Amino acid sequence: MFKHFFKLQWKSFFRAASFKTNLVFKILMIFGALYFIVVFLALGVGSYFIIEKNGLGDPLLFVNKYIIYYLVMDVYIRYMLQKMPVLNIKPLLYLPFNKSQVVYFSLGKTIFSFFNWAHAFFFVPFSIVLIIEGYNPLGVIGWHLGIMALFYCNNFINIMMNNKDSIFYPLVAILAILGICQYYEWFDITVYSSPVFNMFYDIPWTAIIPWAALIGLYYGAFNYFKNNMYLDAGLATKHAIAKSEDYTWLNRFGNLGTFLKNDIKLIKRNKRSKTTVIMSFIFLFYGLLFFTNSIEAYDNPVWKIFAGIFVSGGFLFSFGQFVPSWDSSYYPLMMSQNIQYKEYLSSKWYLIIIATIISTILSVFYLYFGWDAYLAVIVGAIYNIGVNSYLVLWGGAYIKTPIDLTSNKKAFGDKQAFNVKTLLLTLPKLILPIAIYGLGHYLINPTAGYLFVALTGILGFAFKNLVFRKIEKVYKKEKYKTLLAYKQKA
Amino acid sequence: MIYSQNLTKVYGGKTVLNIESLEIPKGQSFGLVGNNGAGKTTFFSLLLDLIQPTTGKVINNEIQVNISEAWKPFTSAFIDETFLIGYLTPEEYFYFIGELRGQSKKDVDELLTGFEDFFHGEILGQKKYLRDLSKGNQKKVGIVASFIGEPQVIILDEPFANLDPTTQIRLKSIIKKLGQDREVTVLVSSHDLIHVTEVCERIVVLNNGEIVKDIQTSTETLKELELFFSS
Repeated sequence: MFKHFFKLQWKSFFRAASFKTNLVFKILMIFGALYFIVVFLALGVGSYFIIEKNGLGDPLLFVNKYIIYYLVMDVYIRYMLQKMPVLNIKPLLYLPFNKSQVVYFSLGKTIFSFFNWAHAFFFVPFSIVLIIEGYNPLGVIGWHLGIMALFYCNNFINIMMNNKDSIFYPLVAILAILGICQYYEWFDITVYSSPVFNMFYDIPWTAIIPWAALIGLYYGAFNYFKNNMYLDAGLATKHAIAKSEDYTWLNRFGNLGTFLKNDIKLIKRNKRSKTTVIMSFIFLFYGLLFFTNSIEAYDNPVWKIFAGIFVSGGFLFSFGQFVPSWDSSYYPLMMSQNIQYKEYLSSKWYLIIIATIISTILSVFYLYFGWDAYLAVIVGAIYNIGVNSYLVLWGGAYIKTPIDLTSNKKAFGDKQAFNVKTLLLTLPKLILPIAIYGLGHYLINPTAGYLFVALTGILGFAFKNLVFRKIEKVYKKEKYKTLLAYKQKA
Repeated sequence: MIYSQNLTKVYGGKTVLNIESLEIPKGQSFGLVGNNGAGKTTFFSLLLDLIQPTTGKVINNEIQVNISEAWKPFTSAFIDETFLIGYLTPEEYFYFIGELRGQSKKDVDELLTGFEDFFHGEILGQKKYLRDLSKGNQKKVGIVASFIGEPQVIILDEPFANLDPTTQIRLKSIIKKLGQDREVTVLVSSHDLIHVTEVCERIVVLNNGEIVKDIQTSTETLKELELFFSS
């Protein structure tokens, strides 16, 4: 029986559309994976010494103090990214398989997920260092096993939560509040949580407790699945209750309003696009890395512009680069309707501009780091509006990735986003403004640097019609290729 | 109304469509039949400029479709679910198409009241997005949307597939009515010989991309077609 499952799994892996990527991307992916493994390993080996050197107290106690946040972050990341194992069960239901075996296999599969063993790259070296440094080996082993069990518990908790937003978001909210409380020293959850983790070390056999919890959760998940393996229960696709919305206030914009209405609904009603909005919100805080001087490599003044562009342009980059792919599932309709490219593009452009302005306003908290920091954001925004808004729309014409709006798959990058043309287009998006700023900064003074970048943005704005005509031409030229690419389901 | 000349489409050395000349006069209700892979959808996609012809051209009301886009305002189509916007409710979708075709909300509402029977209470006011409707109901939405804005050319690919018997009968009378309107040219493809012979005044049979029969529908047509497809 399992032979069949393994065969199916094998084929689904090697025949997946995403597997047939080009060589360059494969190499990039391997390097990416290696990079993370090395970082984790380095952290695992190094964190002991880093903690000790910085006088943060006993490394093990320190890790135990903050591990609660690590664990919850892990649930969060799993919730966003880890796929539910149910997806491929449907065609097996009516075949002569034993139901529990199907469940058994599906759950077993998740154990080998990257989300589980990635942590080992940190915890294994860390534990080894602990033993070398003279910690009680038995205690370290107990602690290690206990923590590992907790990560596996997360695996099954995530499965049982099974995309229930109503449980998940309150949980995240509570954690965020606790984190803030801790930061301002109002209330410290770790006082209560760290003894639990310390206990695994002090009394090694208590590591049995998380293992027992893990076994319990496993059977919980097992039964949950088995009982829900019906098309109208656990395997049912959820239907949202739809409400027609008119947005009549957009009617005054004519055809442009028609598209804007549609785009707003697109963003509001699809999982993938919602993720994009969340991601652009996270980008708002990207600048903190630069302005708090927490990373030495970013200390150079020209990086400020880099930060400014990302802070104000989160939506621009994450949404804009996939125009027109957002409309991929109904592109044939768009192409056979009476649609002017200009209006279609304008609608997307306005959306990007509005989002950039909102981001700029929201990022007003950078004033805390001084006028200089916020000025960088504003200048970045001007450049984004004047130059980058066109460039992303232009680059989008070459990214022919069909987007599945209802799933988050590939929300965090995609092989087809890496082609020579789009890579070339990133040059003016990021490198050019930095270069322009550097020119002003080093030849005259920082203010001149800002002024130069802002002027470039304003200059770009003046050429809007010209650039739009050019982009229109590209879209027309690429029409058939795009239609064909969108036909191939992601 | 529609005229194609030397139209071929080649994929990787394999000719999937090869139509020397085909003319569809204004107001005709035109049926296209053929087995899977006969080239029906390819032909319709060429009419809509969704794919490029390898050779030849399609002219729709004196406009060559792959050169000018001026055919779009008077042409409408429903080919498959890629003509639907999944995250809209049916109402929103109809109004969206309406707005693109210069129809006010009132115009669209008026048109929709004529299709209440056809919708059978399963489309309007259902609090569902299009992506959550059944295949058959999605099809109903797509077909009716193609009637919005008084198009002169309506292209429907396999409109009868996935519909329940009642709806099939209703759709037949709708298409027949359109066929009587001498201003509207209807192009329909189908696997169902009975349906096409009932609603179309002219039937063209495609086989491996080539026209093998071009018949004015009569009482004999169904027999003739059945004989052809059973041999």
